[in-house]
Amino acid sequence: MIEIAGVSLALGGSRILDNVSLTVPKGGVTALVGPNGAGKSSLLSLIARLRPLQSGRITVDGLPVDTTPSRQLARIMAILRQDPGVASRLRVAELVGFGRFPHNRGRLTAKDREIVAASLEQFDLSDLALRFIDTLSGGQRQRALVAMTFCQGTDYILLDEPLNSLDMFHARNLMRTLRRIADEHGKTVLIVLHDINHAASYADRIVAMKDGAVIASGETGDIIRPDILESIFGFSMRVENIAGRLTVLHHA
Amino acid sequence: MTAGSLGSQNFAYQAIGAATLLALFVASLFVGVGELAIGSLASDPEALRLIMISRLPRTLAALLAGSALAIAGLVMQTLARNRFVEPSTAGTAQSAALGILVVTLVWPDASLGWKAAGAAVTALAGTSVFLMLAHRLPPTQPFLVPLFGLVYGGVIGAVAIFAAWHLDLLQYLEVWMTGEFSGILRGRYELLWVAGALVVLAWWTADRLTMLSLGRDVSIGLGLNYAGMLRLGLVIVSAITALAVVVVGTIPFVGLVAPNIVSRFAGENLRHTLPWVAGGGAALVLACDIIGRLIRFPYEVPVGTILGVVGAVLFLFLLLGRNRNG
Ligand SMILES: Nc1ncnc2c1ncn2[C@@H]1O[C@H](COP(=O)(O)OP(=O)(O)OP(=O)(O)O)[C@@H](O)[C@H]1O
Ligand SMILES: [Mg+2]
Repeated sequence: MIEIAGVSLALGGSRILDNVSLTVPKGGVTALVGPNGAGKSSLLSLIARLRPLQSGRITVDGLPVDTTPSRQLARIMAILRQDPGVASRLRVAELVGFGRFPHNRGRLTAKDREIVAASLEQFDLSDLALRFIDTLSGGQRQRALVAMTFCQGTDYILLDEPLNSLDMFHARNLMRTLRRIADEHGKTVLIVLHDINHAASYADRIVAMKDGAVIASGETGDIIRPDILESIFGFSMRVENIAGRLTVLHHA
Repeated sequence: MTAGSLGSQNFAYQAIGAATLLALFVASLFVGVGELAIGSLASDPEALRLIMISRLPRTLAALLAGSALAIAGLVMQTLARNRFVEPSTAGTAQSAALGILVVTLVWPDASLGWKAAGAAVTALAGTSVFLMLAHRLPPTQPFLVPLFGLVYGGVIGAVAIFAAWHLDLLQYLEVWMTGEFSGILRGRYELLWVAGALVVLAWWTADRLTMLSLGRDVSIGLGLNYAGMLRLGLVIVSAITALAVVVVGTIPFVGLVAPNIVSRFAGENLRHTLPWVAGGGAALVLACDIIGRLIRFPYEVPVGTILGVVGAVLFLFLLLGRNRNG
């Protein structure tokens, strides 16, 4: 469980997060949605202790993120930032291997190698394993970063717009993989998404943010409703049930 | 390419690399003023004395300084997240020279060790300020950081020159600013073993140094003590540079050329590339010192001067060919 209580954040004089309280239950996929600048990335950074907590309290699995040793947190929670800007000349397999660092402090065991190989396979990277990441396409690099995050093998996975630059095949593959690890291994996934239909089809719960506050949160079916969507995104859209899936028609 | 063929290829490269270094090592023992033939070692005690007192210390000094400076460059590039900075161009060496000047002034009889300690302190301060300012420059302009480094190093160097001129210590400063091995004798280079130990320390922490280059957020996400690693890297860079400046003077370009060549071919996973960078730096400095002894025989050209030319050419070559096998 991720518990956020009374968290505010001010940067450069402006209020970025305003008294946010939120509980993300253990197990399942929670989508975090909202317009640009709503504070989604900021909230994720605070949960992942990438930014110091200014006020309020955040715990992951009962561990306060501001006082628990970073090493210990790295074994239960992995984060993929929106724009990590990794510029180092590492091979794909080496980068993905660093995901095991919290567990092995750099000495890859046979089991680690298995996990790395499985991660590469999972994200269709086996053929690229020996390539330098600065020679990959944007989507391939994004997949390598996702694979590294998976490799960390944590119970909690925070992903900030991981579908960025992924093609339809790999975007679907990632969402299905998240669904599977949540269902089969009880993982807790908190994922920032802009495509509302990805949230509608794969998430158990949706949390909506706007102007630094949580304005709606609940079961997917309770959020994917025209009135609520309009209050989040500021325009009206139709919601249809197509072949048993809630689908938002937002192009019209 | 299968993992197996990569492994055997690596082994071949390692063998070639080790053989080159060994050849340069032996050549350095036997090249120079003072007749010396390999065959004479067993029969001639004078020859053995020459080797033990002068040539071996000189060779070891070049080996240690070369590998350590290459590693200092590598670590500094990791800290600055920019491939084109190194201690001798971005203020670290100049700060170290300024430090020795201060120690010489307040304590003229200070031993080499104390001078090195003083130099390390100022090098640490100078490098910290450089990195703090460099991190504020826009990452979209990769050449801004080295340019800023040149200006920054130039300013500190100018301050040192001005102070030395005022205090009538210019000849001393000259010695620290140009790297040279001709004065190296037994008893005058041993401090460089400390620099060698710092290379081992860098190798020991290679994985964590590599993670620094993945950026702050990725490092922290993986549970690395990011701030602590930055500090350790700073200490490694500053201490190595200070030791090298005190014992042999400033040797430019090693820290730039060796890491960049290795990164081009083998990438930046330091656990694998660090021995190559260290070996490459050692080979480069040894080779340039041998050239310096031969080019105007029987006179010597300082290694710093030779490297200024060789290094600049190599580096231009690297810069221009940067995008080719990218
Ligand atoms: N360092 C900073 N200084 C000042 N303001 C900042 C800083 N970082 C972020 N902000 C502001 O905080 C607000 C929230 O930013 P955040 O990145 O959390 O939004 P987001 O919901 O992730 O948006 P997006 O969908 O575009 O990724 C934005 O208005 C942004 O301009
Ligand atoms: Mg964001």
